[in-house]
Amino acid sequence: MRQRVSMTINGTNYEHEVEPRLLLVHYIREQAGLTGTHVGCDTSNCGACTIEMDGHSVKACTVFAVQANGSQLLTIEGLAQGTQLHPLQQAFWDEHGLQCGYCTPGMIMAARQLLARNPDPTEKEIRMGIEGNLCRCTGYHNIVKAIQAAAKVMGEGAERKAPATAPSARRD
Amino acid sequence: MIPAAFDYVAPRSLPEAVADLVKHGSEAKVLAGGHSLIPLMKLRLSTPSFLVDIGRIQDLSYIREADSHIALGALTTHHEIEFSELVKARLPLLQQAAAQIGDAQVRNRGTIGGAAAHADPNGDFPTCLLALDAELIAVGPRGERSIKAQDFFVDTFTSALEPAEILREIRIPRPPSASSGTYLKFSRRSQDWAIVAVAAQVSLREGRVERVAIGLTGMGPRPLRAAAAERALTGKAVAPDALREASAQAADGTQPPEDLNGSPEYRRHLAAVLTRRALEAITGSK
Repeated sequence: MRQRVSMTINGTNYEHEVEPRLLLVHYIREQAGLTGTHVGCDTSNCGACTIEMDGHSVKACTVFAVQANGSQLLTIEGLAQGTQLHPLQQAFWDEHGLQCGYCTPGMIMAARQLLARNPDPTEKEIRMGIEGNLCRCTGYHNIVKAIQAAAKVMGEGAERKAPATAPSARRD
Repeated sequence: MIPAAFDYVAPRSLPEAVADLVKHGSEAKVLAGGHSLIPLMKLRLSTPSFLVDIGRIQDLSYIREADSHIALGALTTHHEIEFSELVKARLPLLQQAAAQIGDAQVRNRGTIGGAAAHADPNGDFPTCLLALDAELIAVGPRGERSIKAQDFFVDTFTSALEPAEILREIRIPRPPSASSGTYLKFSRRSQDWAIVAVAAQVSLREGRVERVAIGLTGMGPRPLRAAAAERALTGKAVAPDALREASAQAADGTQPPEDLNGSPEYRRHLAAVLTRRALEAITGSK
């Protein structure tokens, strides 16, 4: 039996009728049309589908859409303010914290939770903090550097302007 | 991977949830955090036709200190346990175990009640609850009952819960002040289940071991207590030799499984080494 669900994603309300077995990651990508959240392993290992649900990072491949009924969600598309990237996005850009980029949205969402709980992490704490996110290019070195750089910027409370070469993070 | 189709309800109270389970019998499953059940459903190893989501029931998520015990609501997440000052101060064993389960995202969703009810012999919380002599409070069609941890974990993925019973609360006796514990987990990769883990709690009095509990993860079809090692150490003065002798008996009487991670002998060795390290860490004697 289909169920009506309603949830807020990045400040916009979405309402649909869904099968109870629909996974949240498929709801976000196919019903809400927000394809920044990726499906990687589909077994709750790789973290490519990491989003925030009511303030907690979750793997959207291991949550049913009906469980998110009434929730506030944040996905990678909700981080930038217009053309100004979030400090984590900017740091991944500056430090080249990606190779193929497939894991990047999940990495950034996981890093956001990590820095919210521990604003000044050590390198080891960063590596442990992103243990739920796999980079199959094995580009961890620059990912860790990017998170360190973002922690510094966010700690200073600095509002950095995105350079003119940075792409808009908003979908048209 | 798409699970088989099912119907879904999200009751607002425990009596409603129990009534749903009674109505749908063995076709129904309880959904809490879902981080054991949903992966099994995606692999179609579990195909319930009805899910009772207890995640919207109020007042099942808490950590409270009572006179005789510390009470944890069944929906308390691993994250909440990991970050609880009360648990860190009074039950460091449980806090350390919580911090080593899965990863941050999994810990945000997984619940202690779900982990207990799932009764995975390689799970971390079942062993902790066994070592801490926890009581598990279940609600069913005939009312509420308390089940001791030693009776709760029956076999691999099998708990003492009746089909229409739901875990409501977990009670852990308050350890005496001169008591401490630790959870040491051995796995080869981050995020992995334990190959072997040891949950140890030691109470000291005047330099002697008044009471010791050693729980073993991954050493059999359910969490086990290292009874021989416990007996060997109880009443002994804390000294490196006594800890070593007791630890050497940690795997006595167990029949650990063989799998890709290692042989039974390898697991017995791990159990002894981890037990020694745990006892040394707790007592400060080396």
